[in-house]
Amino acid sequence: MDKHILLRDLDVPNIRELAVYQANDGYAAWRKALTAMKPEEVVAVVKDSGLRGRGGAGFPAGLKWSFIPKDIFPKYVVVNGDESEAGTFKDHQLLDNNPHQVIEGTALCAYAVQANTAYIYLRGEFLEPSRTLQRAIDDAYAAGLLGQNILGTGYNLDIHIHLGAGAYICGEETALLSSLEGQLGQPRLRPPFPAVQGLYAKPTVINNVETLANVPPIVLNGAQWYRQFGTEKSPGTKIFCVSGRVNRPGNYELPLGQYTIRELIDMAGGTIDNRPVKGILPAGSSAPILPASALDTKLDYESMQAAGSLLGSASFVILDDTVDIVWAARKMVRFFKHESCGKCTPCREGTHWAMKLYDKIVSGQGSLQDVEMLGEVANSMAGKCFCLLGEFATSPILSTLKHFRPEYEAWVSGAKTPAGASFHT
Amino acid sequence: MADLVNLTIDGRLVAVPKGTVIVDAAKKLGIDIPVFCYHPKLKPVGMCRMCLVEVGTPKVDPATKQVVKDEAGNVVIAWMPKLQTACTTTVSEGMSVRTNTRQVADAREDILEFLLTSHPLDCPICDKGGECPLQNLTMGYGPGVSRFDYDAKQHNDKHVPLGDLIFLDRERCIQCGRCVRFQDDVADDHVLQFHERGRHMEIITFSDPPFDSYFSGNTTDICPVGALTTADFRFKARPWELASAQSVCAHCPVGCNITLNTRLETRTGGYEIKRVMPRQNEQVNEIWMCDKGRFVHHFTRAEDRLKTPLMRDANGQLVEATWEDALSRVARELSAAASVAGVIGDRLPNEDAFLFARVFRDLLGAAVQQQAGLFVSPRVPAAYADIARDYGIGATADFKALGKGDVILLVNGDVEESAPVWFLRLRQAVVERGATLIVAHSRSTKMHRYASQILRYDAGQAAQWAEHVIRNTQHATPPLDLEQIKGARNLLIVFGDEKLNEAGARALARSLANLLILAGHAGKASSGLLPLYPHANTQGVCDMVGRAGPLPERVDVAWLVGVGDAEDVPQAAFVIAQDLFLTDLAARADVVLPALSFAERDGTFTSGDRRVQRFYRALPPLAQAKPDWWIIQEIARRLGAKWRYSGAEAIFGDLTAAVAGYAGLTYPVLSETVEQWPPMGRADLYYGGTVYDNTGGLGMRYPAGVEQTGFTPHVEWLPAPEPTVDALRRPVPALYRDGELIRRSHVLAGHLIAPGEIPVLAK
Repeated sequence: MDKHILLRDLDVPNIRELAVYQANDGYAAWRKALTAMKPEEVVAVVKDSGLRGRGGAGFPAGLKWSFIPKDIFPKYVVVNGDESEAGTFKDHQLLDNNPHQVIEGTALCAYAVQANTAYIYLRGEFLEPSRTLQRAIDDAYAAGLLGQNILGTGYNLDIHIHLGAGAYICGEETALLSSLEGQLGQPRLRPPFPAVQGLYAKPTVINNVETLANVPPIVLNGAQWYRQFGTEKSPGTKIFCVSGRVNRPGNYELPLGQYTIRELIDMAGGTIDNRPVKGILPAGSSAPILPASALDTKLDYESMQAAGSLLGSASFVILDDTVDIVWAARKMVRFFKHESCGKCTPCREGTHWAMKLYDKIVSGQGSLQDVEMLGEVANSMAGKCFCLLGEFATSPILSTLKHFRPEYEAWVSGAKTPAGASFHT
Repeated sequence: MADLVNLTIDGRLVAVPKGTVIVDAAKKLGIDIPVFCYHPKLKPVGMCRMCLVEVGTPKVDPATKQVVKDEAGNVVIAWMPKLQTACTTTVSEGMSVRTNTRQVADAREDILEFLLTSHPLDCPICDKGGECPLQNLTMGYGPGVSRFDYDAKQHNDKHVPLGDLIFLDRERCIQCGRCVRFQDDVADDHVLQFHERGRHMEIITFSDPPFDSYFSGNTTDICPVGALTTADFRFKARPWELASAQSVCAHCPVGCNITLNTRLETRTGGYEIKRVMPRQNEQVNEIWMCDKGRFVHHFTRAEDRLKTPLMRDANGQLVEATWEDALSRVARELSAAASVAGVIGDRLPNEDAFLFARVFRDLLGAAVQQQAGLFVSPRVPAAYADIARDYGIGATADFKALGKGDVILLVNGDVEESAPVWFLRLRQAVVERGATLIVAHSRSTKMHRYASQILRYDAGQAAQWAEHVIRNTQHATPPLDLEQIKGARNLLIVFGDEKLNEAGARALARSLANLLILAGHAGKASSGLLPLYPHANTQGVCDMVGRAGPLPERVDVAWLVGVGDAEDVPQAAFVIAQDLFLTDLAARADVVLPALSFAERDGTFTSGDRRVQRFYRALPPLAQAKPDWWIIQEIARRLGAKWRYSGAEAIFGDLTAAVAGYAGLTYPVLSETVEQWPPMGRADLYYGGTVYDNTGGLGMRYPAGVEQTGFTPHVEWLPAPEPTVDALRRPVPALYRDGELIRRSHVLAGHLIAPGEIPVLAK
């Protein structure tokens, strides 16, 4: 991979400007699709490319598009830019530095499913990126690339930006739809799936920002070109967000399946002071933490699953031996407790209960029984929650208990005390 | 039925309609799957996670698409890796469900333990204690102990008024959302919502006034914990102390089936109604009732109830008298009078009205020199009750069957204000099942929200409008599409008598009957007229009394039975009043006779859709007050009648033999119940409590005139008079207008609206 496919701002200065973007193949895929491709051909090329959703679930994008019924109107495209997973900041960079590629991908998706309206849902904190994106959208309108009768083809498309109000749960696609409709951000029952009854109960495609940013190069260069990157089951490139105890945290775009976690950490400048890696959070706080023994796991969906975790949004938070694991797990559980929407019993009550136990443990009041109970509470939640948030909340508890149990025991035996512990903030 | 789906639950086969959820399919087998957020009258949400079960479907070979079978030839079931919510999973052919495994039992324990971590466990002071689903399900499926540190419980506000009728205890709330969904999906008053998130999520009201809905009390019935309580019953009694009597609501033409819960009060030494709750009758009110019916009951034990007969003394003062003196005096005056007018209110039970009519037919009118007339108050509905009966909906018509293809025409009436539960049912027919609603009115009502066509006329011009539109006399393009109405599967015409006088109201009813005939719907089982009468037994009293002539201005003796402060009574030299209270009218009477309320006696009411229903005695008689039928019989005996009726049932026997349509009805027939779907109120921990149990009978609708042999529908146009000032000044229907009763309920008195006031529509 000599050049970036997604983080093109690293290769082309000022690609956020429409003129620069267009001078570098920008909107060429859009022109090609509108003038020379049928909507179903766009769906087909994305399907053939094997592009998988980059939001975390890894569901094949083209397949998702093909579920949209042809005969029901209106339909919608919703872009998930709620990017709320801890340690995830890839969409931020795309929106800020390469916004037209996101817009073009959104437009191609809309054309493919024949929607005339698209909403880009951004987390509330993305005020600055939203301004950049809005300027880019305005420029695209002015250039006749969006709006009515685009490029004289008779196709119309409007793109709107919506800022959320600061809820992690709104990254869950049905909660996002509720929030977009002006309701409380809580997940909805599925079925009906959004492809059948999504926004305003109409057929809706929801894709992550990064997923759609992949679409213009796929449409322009074809599925085979795309498949030269990555693996058979995980084709293409992926942006890896690296943070935590590394020297050069940031976004790294890599072909899937080519490198290992160890190599990723090396690219990020290695750990601070070259300290040994203790744990790896491969998908922010929502996937099981991996011990250092997993460092040679390849970076693709299948390998990460085989290692006992998930690739998810590929936000790698690296913990070295200075990090107190109980402190880290508590921090993640506090996050989930704060973000639990309250809709279902196990998540609402379980995160509350688990937090009480963590507080007890790190205040030096805990016992071995509390550690046991922590695991039991997490097991009582697991598999019973309405949506994945509650399931995710069990990951930091269960995986740290599995791999780092002695650290919990140190807390409750008095070997470690609140005064003696070194916490990163 | 072609749409049946076969599945196995705990090894037992069951066939249920397509679209059924597992909870209900299991219910059919008598297998109880515990639920909190699920309620069969509400859309499932799957929030509480209590109903988790193991679900599997037949394993299909991906290559051959054939169902895989084991060596014994049995279908191999592919079990889903995670437990599924039985309340949101719809059944599919060949599905297999397990509700009795260790995994399911563990999940139930987990969920209950979670729920109880935030619950205050203040059962000893909770209104719901004793009939609480959370209590019951904890006993049935809970872990027995909690590992949660009690001191770590989060505490919340315990006395949050959501309005003046409903209080919220935020600690007890388990966030099931039943109340929110009831208000959104059933009442269509979007006044409740969840606020905040996570452990801080709570119920709030955001309307002004708060919790602005006529149906708010229902949320306390369906609340599976003691989070929502009524201002009326809160901290007043424990459920197990209550006696209960099956009754019928006496306040509007719907005839909701209700339960009167009573308790012996040491404070007063007598029984009191402590609360009123609906009982299930899928034909009438399902499991709902309105707040008026629920909270107005305090009049039954109001301090100022009449307790003894009163007679005027030599000084012209009303003083207490014995029954013997009062009855003899009444009989003497009646015998000596040259002219007598009897006026009976339309809230009286059928039996009393029947006896009253017999007095006038057999005794008073029979004297040669005597002019005797019998009238119903109010007079306007009495002017068209015969048309409503002749062309009413069929004996087997079912609100639940109204839907796609049916047309509901609403003319000149306000359904929510006049008959609140019919509003729920008609709304559902339109919104949920696709019936077409056409509304014609001079003003807006809540029902207008669902209309596919809205037609307008000037206030008081309903009869003219109906004639013109239906006869199509003045319109090149008729505003009412007669072809659409002719093509409908059924035509239900709901109508009221707003701003009309007797002649106008009768002309309107006649025109609407003509529409039924002209459109080809007259006599169809599910088509017909549905009148929005003002009171609970308007149809029944009119059935007993028949049509009256013009009201005389002045008579020698006026005999007023249960008319309240009616204005349509004649002047008289001597006035007899039977009532619950010393109304302004009764205070001017010469003899006042204390009557019993519906709660203190038994009898029958005929609802606006002609369903005859029994109500049972809930309270002992108050002091010396007597049932109206007893008073009438005692007077009749003193006029020479040989009657010896022992009670309402004995009178009903003669009534059914004499009154057209009522033949074949008996108290045992009216008391019959059949299993209703969805099954509620069983002792199965399903929804908790026993309040929905219907053991008093579902009642029976008697056939409309058109359904009876020998009846020939005929079109006849009656002249519609210009609106009169008096008619235009009649107040429009309002649920909280009936001052005599509402002002005696401290709970509802604040809702009473002024005579000229129009209820606020916006919610």
